[in-house]
Amino acid sequence: MIIKDFKVNKSCVNEQLILSDEKFPLDMDKRDFIKKVLKGAIAGSLFLVFPMDTTGGGNFDKNSTLKDGISTFDPTIKLPEEIPEIRDRQYDIYKQNFAFIVDITRCIGCGSCCVADKREYNVPDGNYRTWVERYIKDFDDQVYVDCPNGGLDGYQKPRTDIPLNARDTFFVPKLCNMCKEAPCVQVCPVGATFISPDGFILMDSDRCVGCAYCIQACPYSARFLNPITKTAEKCTWCYHRVRKGLLPACVEVCPTGARKFGSLNDENSEVYKILKGPGVLTVLKQSMGTLPALYYMGQRLEVV
Amino acid sequence: MNPTLYKASTELSHGASMLISNYVFPNDLHVHWSMMIVLYPYITGLVDGAFIIAALYYLFDVKSLKPIARFSLLFAFAFLCCATLPLLLHLGRPERNFNMLLTPSPSSAMAGFGYIYAVSMGVLSFIVLFVYRPDLVERGKKAKGFMKLLYRALTFDSNDLSEKALALDGKIIRFLVGLGIPVAAVLHGYVGFIFGGVKANPTWSTPLMPVIFLFSACVSGISAIIIAYIIIRKIGGHSVDSDCIRTCIKTLTGFFILAFSFEMLEVFSHSYLKTGYHHMVEGLLNGPLASSFWLWQVKICSVIPLILLGCMAFIPLKDAIYTAISGLVSAILLLQVFIMRWNVVIGGQLMSKSARGYTEFHPEWFDKEGIAAVIIIMLIPFIILFVLGKIFPFWAEERKSGIQ
Repeated sequence: MIIKDFKVNKSCVNEQLILSDEKFPLDMDKRDFIKKVLKGAIAGSLFLVFPMDTTGGGNFDKNSTLKDGISTFDPTIKLPEEIPEIRDRQYDIYKQNFAFIVDITRCIGCGSCCVADKREYNVPDGNYRTWVERYIKDFDDQVYVDCPNGGLDGYQKPRTDIPLNARDTFFVPKLCNMCKEAPCVQVCPVGATFISPDGFILMDSDRCVGCAYCIQACPYSARFLNPITKTAEKCTWCYHRVRKGLLPACVEVCPTGARKFGSLNDENSEVYKILKGPGVLTVLKQSMGTLPALYYMGQRLEVV
Repeated sequence: MNPTLYKASTELSHGASMLISNYVFPNDLHVHWSMMIVLYPYITGLVDGAFIIAALYYLFDVKSLKPIARFSLLFAFAFLCCATLPLLLHLGRPERNFNMLLTPSPSSAMAGFGYIYAVSMGVLSFIVLFVYRPDLVERGKKAKGFMKLLYRALTFDSNDLSEKALALDGKIIRFLVGLGIPVAAVLHGYVGFIFGGVKANPTWSTPLMPVIFLFSACVSGISAIIIAYIIIRKIGGHSVDSDCIRTCIKTLTGFFILAFSFEMLEVFSHSYLKTGYHHMVEGLLNGPLASSFWLWQVKICSVIPLILLGCMAFIPLKDAIYTAISGLVSAILLLQVFIMRWNVVIGGQLMSKSARGYTEFHPEWFDKEGIAAVIIIMLIPFIILFVLGKIFPFWAEERKSGIQ
């Protein structure tokens, strides 16, 4: 951050120097000024009249292809790398160490993460790879929790079925905990779910027999049986994106930074700084001995 | 405030607040293990119990069980043939079931099923063939064409019925039954462990689970044999061996006392230990399962049979009355074990892992795992038994020679 601030300051100084170097910057003829504004307005409106050519020219030409008359754009090439030191490098699967942190104090319950997740994986209705819970505590210390439609619609309206006034309310995003001692992996009879050497619990849907034992074994209820494929499914922390140097979809869209993901090998990553810092982090259901790699900041006693 | 009182009140309010919102994790709304998984331990339980009766006769020389020893073996075999059906119906991708045998994950308790089942099936099949060898040899001599070939195969092409050969058969049977007892215990104890090994579910996660399953298996199997024996004999117009029934009931009483004690011990342990989730277990038993657990499993199907079994043990009764009550007790206990399986398998899943609420389960009639499927699966072993009865005579006195 210090370096960044310094750069900003430096650029401001340069700008000021440039301005002061200009001769008579305000001594402009009014007629010339209006002419320039009009030219600019006409030129700008022409961009609106003529649609941008998506098949050639512009910045997108190198990454765009025209297939059956429809322009497709591969976003991964142009998107900036979000997790450093992954793209265009040899991925040593045995030396990776990722962490996911959920900051409860930042979550506003907008449901963007759930929508992004559903769209990323085409999750069937009624099943959830990730969801956001709403906790409300009244003045009698009673806790009311709900999660209509997994939080997909966002929490736009307050609950009206609570007799006392709400004293406190907060939102808790939930997803796969990527346990280091994963019960789901232990119980899978065919090894369809496994821990990859880089610490992700993944599913091989081509091997899964759909016995649902992993669903029973997961203490966090992060798994479900896909009604279409009839195999077990769960959040993968968007492994396919991570391997391309991109953040998980839910992290990408979170407007408040409540979901954080990064490599612990990168000392500049936010997750590294949080995990190595003095702040209090907790995991869900610690007594289960599953050693999750999903950490919670600002975790509350009421959260299970 | 008194610190103890304060602690108790906070615990109470915490517990109450845990339950008040009835929040179920979104993925917990659906009960994934439904009636087929209730049926699976029920069927293996029937196999185990029936096998115990046969073992008592063939290995432990309980002579009074002779009339039903052979029938018990066939009964166990018929049900063992169908033990995999509920599992196959339950699997999302049943066509991949052989993956469990071909590429098992050694860390998974479930991966052992195929092997344990195969060993059980092998041992039981050999016991049946050796026990019935004299009958099969005799029938083979009279048979023609394909049936003759079948009998030759079933007798391992050995028609030697000399005393020496029969004595060797006896030794082999004792060895196989001796081997079969641990195999049967593993088959069913292991089913209990499938549940007991799920630490995420507080109602399942107890080392008592395999023990409870094993004893209740013996109860259901022996009860089934008693009922089947009485009904088949009565239908055929034959007499019922009173000594045999009395021995069965005594064995049943012993196993049921053990099974019921352990079932209650589990509930008592939850209540006394007050572990992290005890309020949820308590809420489950007194809420969604209040009727199926306390009323049906405990009061109607356990206390009443215990009283009846006590009466049968201490009051001298006429044979006909004793037999009638035996049938009644056995029928209630068969229901008890089924309800117990239901309460464990489905009841356990009604409790969300959110520890804040309970989901609901409504069985469907016409579903892959529906009531109609349950009825059909439970009928198949009887069809198999009927067919087996044409090849292997059920009752000992129907044959004149061979191993008694």
